[in-house]
Amino acid sequence: MTSNKWITIKGTRDGLTLFMNDQCAWNELLEELGEILSTKHMAVDEPLITVKVELGYRYITNQQEQTLREVIRKHNKLVVDKIASNVILKEEALKWKEETDVNLHNKIIRSGQVLEINGDLLLVGDVNPGGKVVASGNIFVMGNLRGIAHAGAEGNKGAVVAAAHMAPSQLRIAEVISRSPDADSEGAPMECGFIDSKGEQIVMDRISTVARSRPDLNAFERRVMNG
Amino acid sequence: MGEAIVITSGKGGVGKTTTTANLGTSLALLEKKVCLIDTDIGLRNLDVIIGLENRIIYDIVDVLEKRCKISQALIKDKRFDCLYLLPAAQTSDKSALTPEGMVHIIEELKPDYDYILIDCPAGIEQGYRNAVAGADKSIVVTTPEKSSVRDADRIIGLLEQEDMEPPHLIINRIRNHMVKSGDMMDVDEIIQVLSIDLLGIVADDDDVIKASNHGEPVAFQPNTRASIAYRNIARRILGESVPLLSLEEKVTFLDKVKKAFGIKK
Repeated sequence: MTSNKWITIKGTRDGLTLFMNDQCAWNELLEELGEILSTKHMAVDEPLITVKVELGYRYITNQQEQTLREVIRKHNKLVVDKIASNVILKEEALKWKEETDVNLHNKIIRSGQVLEINGDLLLVGDVNPGGKVVASGNIFVMGNLRGIAHAGAEGNKGAVVAAAHMAPSQLRIAEVISRSPDADSEGAPMECGFIDSKGEQIVMDRISTVARSRPDLNAFERRVMNG
Repeated sequence: MGEAIVITSGKGGVGKTTTTANLGTSLALLEKKVCLIDTDIGLRNLDVIIGLENRIIYDIVDVLEKRCKISQALIKDKRFDCLYLLPAAQTSDKSALTPEGMVHIIEELKPDYDYILIDCPAGIEQGYRNAVAGADKSIVVTTPEKSSVRDADRIIGLLEQEDMEPPHLIINRIRNHMVKSGDMMDVDEIIQVLSIDLLGIVADDDDVIKASNHGEPVAFQPNTRASIAYRNIARRILGESVPLLSLEEKVTFLDKVKKAFGIKK
């Protein structure tokens, strides 16, 4: 039997973590993984063990990830929880950056006009009744928000909508929609809308309280940390 | 070389045609040479408001389809020598008018006139595009109603995409007593939403309708509130700085006496 050259196994309370060497060949790694797993016999009545794979500075394609999962899954007591790598593709990084960039626009969105943005929107100007702003990230309006704002348009429920003067006809975050009361309301200065902790409806609060409910507003950092 | 100004609103019935007629008259009173163009094919009424209906022989479509020369279609006003009207067609097919045709006509008129005012039809379709095509400047007319302000906002958005100066705003038919009681939007509120420069405000005045029905624009009358408002707007177009007219009703000495004795509230 060969000694473990490339793979280090650590057991934690949450399960196993496999640290993969990132310098050796991929084939050698798979081979060794197969050997290790086949030598560790487990009793039938043992509970399921979750496995976390740390790839270090190795980038693997989707296909490689699939094989890796298959090799581990063959041993029916192991469940792959997460495959983590320190590196990502340039394209992917650029896409993340685009999605989380703050896009500054300096104009008035008038009735019938729609502004669609990938990432966060910072609008220096008003959104008039009948106008609409859509962003995949957060929306910040440094002016009067009187039209429709749709934040997290691609399903991000953590997105927020903030405005210097909040009097929207409709607010949408991910797929949650709320509308203003039918009575003619004056709107409120410096307000922010976000989805409540149950994830059911949009609640409004002063902008100063957002730090408490959304401490990780900077989406780019959040994505880098969580993958 | 003249200046072509399109007068538009998006919504119908806010007073585009009345405004065109009165601004034309006011500019003519200031001795400018003015040509009015009606682009509302099929629903022309600028000719009715300035009382030239029965003089129409050729119209704008005849000019475009080369049935007559542009000078034959132009109607000189019966009151001045410096006001002309190019009427819209009442019967022809709407599609006869094209943006290219409008640009051509306006280019032809520009050397001979100081101002060319284009009366735009309601809506944002073909008729609007025709009217805007040859214009250098634009005036948006709105009334202090939500629907009308909404449409004005839409049209301003469209005008901003055109290659011309930012539009100017005229707020028409303001009823001061309703503004005071909070039932009508006030001027500041409208400007805050539309955020464009205000060219003038015109009070809602029975005289305007009366005058239009007689084919004599109200701007001819010496001192009704509406006529002064229109003439002030004309002076602002010429670059003068004229303060906005107060919307308050004039309280005469006699009224005060009556009020003091409880005869009049």
